[in-house]
Amino acid sequence: MSSVELNQPKNSLSEIQRTQYPYVTGTSVVALKYKDGILMASDMGASYGSTLRYKSVERIKPIGKHSLLGATGELSDFQELLRYLDELILYDNMWDDGNSLGPKEVHNYLTRIMYNRRNKFNPLWNSLILGGVKNGQKYLGTVNMIGVHYEDDHVATGFGNHLARPILREEWHKDLSFEDGVKILEKCMRVLLYRDRSAVNKLQIAKITEEGVTISQPYALKTFWGFNAFQNPTAAAEGSW
Amino acid sequence: MSKQQANWSPYDNNGGSCVAIAGADYCVVAADTRMSTGYSILTRDYSKICKLADKCFLASSGFQADVRALQKNLAAKHLSYQHQHNKQMSCPAMAQLLSNTLYYKRFFPYYAFNVLGGLDSEGKGCVFTYDAVGSYEKVGYSAQGSGSTLIMPVLDKRLQSPSPLLLPSQDAVTPLSEEEAIDLVKTVFVAATERDIHTGDSVEIVVLNADGIRREHVELRKD
Repeated sequence: MSSVELNQPKNSLSEIQRTQYPYVTGTSVVALKYKDGILMASDMGASYGSTLRYKSVERIKPIGKHSLLGATGELSDFQELLRYLDELILYDNMWDDGNSLGPKEVHNYLTRIMYNRRNKFNPLWNSLILGGVKNGQKYLGTVNMIGVHYEDDHVATGFGNHLARPILREEWHKDLSFEDGVKILEKCMRVLLYRDRSAVNKLQIAKITEEGVTISQPYALKTFWGFNAFQNPTAAAEGSW
Repeated sequence: MSKQQANWSPYDNNGGSCVAIAGADYCVVAADTRMSTGYSILTRDYSKICKLADKCFLASSGFQADVRALQKNLAAKHLSYQHQHNKQMSCPAMAQLLSNTLYYKRFFPYYAFNVLGGLDSEGKGCVFTYDAVGSYEKVGYSAQGSGSTLIMPVLDKRLQSPSPLLLPSQDAVTPLSEEEAIDLVKTVFVAATERDIHTGDSVEIVVLNADGIRREHVELRKD
């Protein structure tokens, strides 16, 4: 029996379906601050359990004029979130007062949405990264499905926190050029590609500066699978079988 | 398709240690700045200390999302208090408010471990220590969070505070000078960082006295 039925609280809300586990999921997103703004990278795979189900999913989207959102986790929940944000930006635009929501405001909004849904035991099953630039201020933050959130100079979700952030801690500095930033992100994405089974070799790198958002066309990284350890993985650990 | 994730939990423990020491004319509130989940570090520079009123600081560890919700809740209540009374809330009043706020969520608690430190209306240091559901006590010093089991016995031995069982009750403020208290705080954080994996990176120290508020940052081990 699935845990959906087992874990329902016995009250008037018990008929409501809740996401207690994800179906179609995307893997890591990695982002960093650089000289002129924020760079963000994610691959385009989406898994149905352990099946690589979709291979051309955009998991980085622009939000309003000043922000960039990257998502790990349940894709349908991410799409719902994009609908909330579209409405938020639209209603903000309708004031027509020349004001617009910056990355700080959008991140705070996301934080409240995620925490509010966890309070209802009906989480949006995502880890999100929000980056942006407004009034010369760079912003990079993250929030997960139970509402834990923070800002940093570089952030990564999921496997990225284990595999990419050690690289970022070694190599990041605050006046990285665009080219060096992309190089570091590609290094991170290559490590993730080698070691994260749900990563695929098709990725996008997005840039946001005071001038606006640019999201790259999908491309693949050069890989080399000819390492001895890959071709004969048990060479160093031969056993009786 | 079979389920792959562990059952969802609305809580996490993001670790960290909080300490506060009250003296006759000062109060020291300190917390490390590491935020972690399980064996992973999320960020090395996250402040756990929140200014609730002019002479009242709250240091909290536990589940970061709950801690932030609690801080926002208290900030909103303090704002409405200021509008109603045209003054800052006193530290003992804030202590009672925090207790009530925590107990209000008794059956879906804020997973937050708090130490409240500040100066009372006479300018004397005061520290209040809490559990997650709002039990609280006025003490001379306290430690909360992931490193509290390592820090608390050191404070007990060094500060030799009078037993709370004594009658008539004795004042719990510590005999140390402000400089000695700050030194002690640095020592216990360095010590806790050695053995507690959730404590480290740096310690933020807030000192309140008659002159005002002073902040210090000391680097800790980053492993």
